[in-house]
Amino acid sequence: MRAVYINSVGSISSQKTFDNSQFLDEIVSYEDNIILAVDPNYKDYIAPANSRRMAKGIKMGVVASKIALKEANLDNVDAIITGTGMGCLKDSKKFLSAIIDNDEQFLTPTSFIQSTHNTVGGQIALGLKCKGYNFTYVHASVSFESAVLDAKLMLENNEASSVLVGGVDEIEEYTCTLHKLINHIKEEKVNTTDLLGSKTKGAVFSEGANFFVLSNIKQDSSYAQIVAISTYNTIKSTNITDLAGTFLKENDLDIEAIDLLVLGNNGDVTYDSFYNELSCGVFNKTQQVYYKHLCGEFNTASSFGVWLASKILKTQKLPEVTKLNDIRASNYNTILLYNQYRGENHSFTLLRKC
Amino acid sequence: MDTLKQELKENIVEQLNLEDISVDDIDDNDILFGEGLGLDSIDALELIVMLDKNYGIKLTDPKEGRAIFESINVMAKYISENRTK
Amino acid sequence: MKFLRKQEFKNMSKGVAITGMGIISSIGNNVDENYKSLIGGKTGITRISKIKTVHKDDIMVGEIAFTNQELEQQLGLSPDNNYSRTALLGVIAAKQAIEEAGISNINTYKTGLISATSVGGMDKTEAYYYDYLEDKAAQKYIEGHHAGDSTQKIAEELGIDQSLVTTISTACSSAANAIMFGARLIKSGQLDRVIVGGSDCLSKFTINGFKTLMILSDTYNTPFDENRKGLNLGEAAAFLVLESDKVVKAENKKVLAYVKGYGNANDAFHQTASSENGDGATLAMQKALKVAELSPGDIDYINAHGTATGNNDLSEGRAILRTFEEHVPDFSSTKAYTGHTLAAAGAIEAVYSVLALQNNVIYPNLNFKTQMKEFSITPQLELKEKELQTVLSNSLGFGGNCSTVIFSKKQ
Repeated sequence: MRAVYINSVGSISSQKTFDNSQFLDEIVSYEDNIILAVDPNYKDYIAPANSRRMAKGIKMGVVASKIALKEANLDNVDAIITGTGMGCLKDSKKFLSAIIDNDEQFLTPTSFIQSTHNTVGGQIALGLKCKGYNFTYVHASVSFESAVLDAKLMLENNEASSVLVGGVDEIEEYTCTLHKLINHIKEEKVNTTDLLGSKTKGAVFSEGANFFVLSNIKQDSSYAQIVAISTYNTIKSTNITDLAGTFLKENDLDIEAIDLLVLGNNGDVTYDSFYNELSCGVFNKTQQVYYKHLCGEFNTASSFGVWLASKILKTQKLPEVTKLNDIRASNYNTILLYNQYRGENHSFTLLRKC
Repeated sequence: MDTLKQELKENIVEQLNLEDISVDDIDDNDILFGEGLGLDSIDALELIVMLDKNYGIKLTDPKEGRAIFESINVMAKYISENRTK
Repeated sequence: MKFLRKQEFKNMSKGVAITGMGIISSIGNNVDENYKSLIGGKTGITRISKIKTVHKDDIMVGEIAFTNQELEQQLGLSPDNNYSRTALLGVIAAKQAIEEAGISNINTYKTGLISATSVGGMDKTEAYYYDYLEDKAAQKYIEGHHAGDSTQKIAEELGIDQSLVTTISTACSSAANAIMFGARLIKSGQLDRVIVGGSDCLSKFTINGFKTLMILSDTYNTPFDENRKGLNLGEAAAFLVLESDKVVKAENKKVLAYVKGYGNANDAFHQTASSENGDGATLAMQKALKVAELSPGDIDYINAHGTATGNNDLSEGRAILRTFEEHVPDFSSTKAYTGHTLAAAGAIEAVYSVLALQNNVIYPNLNFKTQMKEFSITPQLELKEKELQTVLSNSLGFGGNCSTVIFSKKQ
């Protein structure tokens, strides 16, 4: 069985992350409950003839994947595996509204086509002329992790040597209105630096795309090794410590072996307890960081967490703004990531310096 | 006829999101599909809806569209002969 | 290089056994009813009755007879449940599969669930979209908008806890891909058992979507017919229980069939249409044969995707010819029975493929009248009894997504 490496990254997020030569050098601060991605100039990457029908989600996915491919020095890959919670929401909204508003008359196909969940993965393949394996996972907060797990299996068993993997979701206004109604989005505007102090229900919603080239061949650009990844549909709150222990044990590791814990806290007073149990419990002597104050919450926000951990492992630098406690590890070799959304679909990811 | 042609060009640029093409770039005889303006089968479906919505012309077979949408001239002629609104 | 953990070595499974199946479609509410309709040539295609649509006279669909209320009653759900029809159908089919596999405690073995859907909870979203703002009672459906919702509910109803549960959505090949991923999870030793399949209900969203693509037939769909007018949409759910050699041996399980091979490839040609020569489908079939370590001559029957659109049947037919050359096995599409059940189709047809193996029959391709001009292969038109060892099933979808799964009697 072969080891699996993250050979390159490409990120579009609410921070200026699309330039791989930088690492959160400047932080964009927000005072809001819905934040958008900092857009690169998409025209620099996609010809107008190709982009004219592309939804924002497709543009973010295509560009993030182009950045990742370029850094890995690849023109193509053996497989493309995408995770997305909601797909291209704007087009889904557009088509659904048109059905209702026009009583099913005079509808056009473009927004329907884009509403299909695998449209991002399909468009990336179309652009690359990549005829390889092409899967899209759509399972809430483990959409991205499912994609990574699939790619990892493929690379370990030598069914592929390079796989493009990514998580992508876009913001759509009316959907946000609905999520405000049920308190999934915070009622009040929150400052970036105060997210975890908000003590209110819901999260700050956002969008983004984080793509990675995974490979079973290490190269100069490699960021990290993906040692293990596990997802869990459910978990009892009292059980998260045990589960973390079991996950580490399966990989012949203990708590002390972890140099850094990357947590998906989103400031939701009801559900951050899962993270707090780990950060205040068995990991209270471990250095900890969080990131959803920078990238917001969306179904594939944890892909930003993997981007962050990858950057830390490669550069051995840790942005001040991400620190959750004052502990300072001497160096960063092994990183554990934990994420969940509203108490469901938990995941542990284990990365190692390579 | 010229007004219709101008209207068609405006609609095509807008509805098909031809970001890099302006109305003046389209010549009345330009081939719209394939090597010409670069339109494809999804655009043809969009144009079929436009015919229905704006001019009351219903096409049931997308294949019919290809001949009708050959160029602005051909389209304008077909519409003026068949329009119901 | 990291070596396999001992546990994983021990768990690696050569065979992927199917030990249970469940299905609900327009031609039957369980496996037996579906089989009877298949061999009886009974179609489930009718005029639409459960969804109010202006297109009701222009389209035909494969609708499941039960109302949501009836399905909720069968499942014993409380009135304040927030199940979409996709979730209801999925739970019904998945429970049947578990029952046939004789599973009483699902957590005895490491069990996962891989489901597939394309519409998910769209039936509720479209019913209440604007009303949500005022209608507090309807707001319970908002959190079910994401595609994973029906899968979470199926896992809950099956008692799958703290495990690998995920959803695949690759349009019309989704469930075939769920089977493929499930098989790979078992082969690699990640799971001992995995429930795989898919569920999609009818919705205004898909009816109107396919309408804009102008590929809906106004009458009974006619796969591989020269004068085919397009597809009929259908709703359905089907699930299969896949188990490792270890479980089969330990529990002395009756094996219905094996997942022998699988392949996915992308046409990389067009957002919705298939390439004229069926590049993606050809690659998918070739990959599946390779994984199965079989040659084209070993395939006894192809359950084709055969949606009856002009584009699909031509492209798939050519891909079959490219893969099998002059030795094209018997083939038929069962879409004339069920309609195109989108993300569920791959699982529906997996059940039909296993039933074909179990009963040594090939189902007739209904409604065929005229030979296609572009090639000379003709689908199987009458029910045919024949000893079958292997069945190949195709599922081809939007985004160029092409999948093939091969089922066999022997491991």
